[in-house]
Amino acid sequence: MKRNSKIANIYLGIILFFMYFPIAMVVLYSFNDSRLTVSWKGFSLQWYEKLFSNQALMEALGNSLLLGVLSCFLSAVLGTLGAVGLAKLKWKSKGIIEYVSILPLMIPEIILGMVFLAFFSLLGMPFGMLTLLVAHTVFCVPYILMQVKARLVGMDKALEEAALDLGATPVRAFFDVTLPMITPAVLSGSLLAFAMSMDDVVISVFVSGPRTSTLPLKVYTQLKTGVTPEINALCTLMLAVTILVIILWKIAAGLSKKNKKGRQQI
Amino acid sequence: MKSKKNQGLFPMLPLLLFIVVFLVGPLVYMVALSFATNNEGYGVTWKFTLENYTRITDPVYLQTFIQSFQLAITSTVIISLLGYPFGYFMAKLSAKWKKRVMLFIMLPFWVNSLIRLYGWIIILQTKGVLNGLLLKLGIISEPLKILYSYPAIVVGMVYALLPFMILSVYSSAEKLDWSLIEASRDLGATSFQAFRTVTLKLTLPGLLSGIILTFIPSMGLFFIADILGGNKIVLVGSLIQDQMNRGSNWPFAAALAVVLTILTTIMIWLYRKITNVKELEGLY
Repeated sequence: MKRNSKIANIYLGIILFFMYFPIAMVVLYSFNDSRLTVSWKGFSLQWYEKLFSNQALMEALGNSLLLGVLSCFLSAVLGTLGAVGLAKLKWKSKGIIEYVSILPLMIPEIILGMVFLAFFSLLGMPFGMLTLLVAHTVFCVPYILMQVKARLVGMDKALEEAALDLGATPVRAFFDVTLPMITPAVLSGSLLAFAMSMDDVVISVFVSGPRTSTLPLKVYTQLKTGVTPEINALCTLMLAVTILVIILWKIAAGLSKKNKKGRQQI
Repeated sequence: MKSKKNQGLFPMLPLLLFIVVFLVGPLVYMVALSFATNNEGYGVTWKFTLENYTRITDPVYLQTFIQSFQLAITSTVIISLLGYPFGYFMAKLSAKWKKRVMLFIMLPFWVNSLIRLYGWIIILQTKGVLNGLLLKLGIISEPLKILYSYPAIVVGMVYALLPFMILSVYSSAEKLDWSLIEASRDLGATSFQAFRTVTLKLTLPGLLSGIILTFIPSMGLFFIADILGGNKIVLVGSLIQDQMNRGSNWPFAAALAVVLTILTTIMIWLYRKITNVKELEGLY
């Protein structure tokens, strides 16, 4: 009974094919010698050369990477501490705190972007990296919070209590006992947050201000005004970077699994 | 000894403070703004008015809401029809293949959504891949104008949001007790009856959560309509963006956002009522 028919497997294959077909096109046409995306004129790396001499694009890439790292770090600290605190807190209203924290996942991005724009100008914050950082951190926190929370649920609380009984301060117990156990969750949540930050268009459109640009924003304006094949090259490079990040993630996850096994043996 | 009740408050404080200032604050401000009066030109006057809300009932703006809903419903129906069988079949794969297919589903998630859309531009444009193929095969004699049309937006929406549906359905089909289906078949149910009375019922939470996870974003993804639709179709998302930037009528934008938030909240509430599930399936 629990077996797919041939048709079912073919169906899975077809859908997956359509998921990757557009991506394959982008990669393919980044090596096209023609200026137009219409016809294939032979292999060329010229768009990659042009890309690296494009100052504005490179600056946007730098902004995006910096923003991704910073918002990922900030939301990891806030989210991890928050999840640990929430697990211990015995307030009746803690459900509300949790609900509000993951609210960014439940409301359309456009609304978040809009309220950030209105609120930041109310506070008189200068639009640029700072506003981008705050906005990105807000929508990155839920990913880490949920991951860490799920991990804490399955964790043995007796270990931390034992550390406290043996005289460790709560801070020491957190760093020596709790943190090592939730590190995989923090890492996988952070990577998800980083990816979300690197991908965000909707919220960034509102809070970037006139002078700062991130990579997705640059791509967005280019797609609207007119496509140059440099975009193909850029997209391919970004794809390569993402795949690299995933591979690193897999390696990290593998290592932490090994560690866990080792610790269990002890 | 410190009260045990408040244990954990200290590590949580930074998050609490951050959320209150930068999430609750802006959302409260949005509600307040939606009742404020817009100045001609720039800025707002803090004078209570309901005008921003009554303005939404203006046929022009109502049409935008209807159009957004139509697009969201069309996309969601197509996504359900494509994604449900995928999630269901995926749950029936062997453990090794489950992992592989999961990775294949997740990978495009990590690819910039704009890049993926751009792939569709290459395929759909008048002199693009699809038309080239169809012309060569002799199916059409003149290139189709698919890009910058309604179908193109639907393609973009379906493409961008399908993984959410698949993951939701999969996570609930994964937990399915297959022996129940066998039992129903043994008791004489046809395979369709077994599907309708057992499988569909048990995977309903996944399907519904998938519907929410695709419906809500599809109301706000203005850039898909922008890039693939060539601004021909105005969605609520585009309208809000327009009112914030060029139109510079922030109170009206805020009112639109409040209505949209209420609509999404109702949907999530309905989901919880129907399925008795607290968290959306497959979200994390």
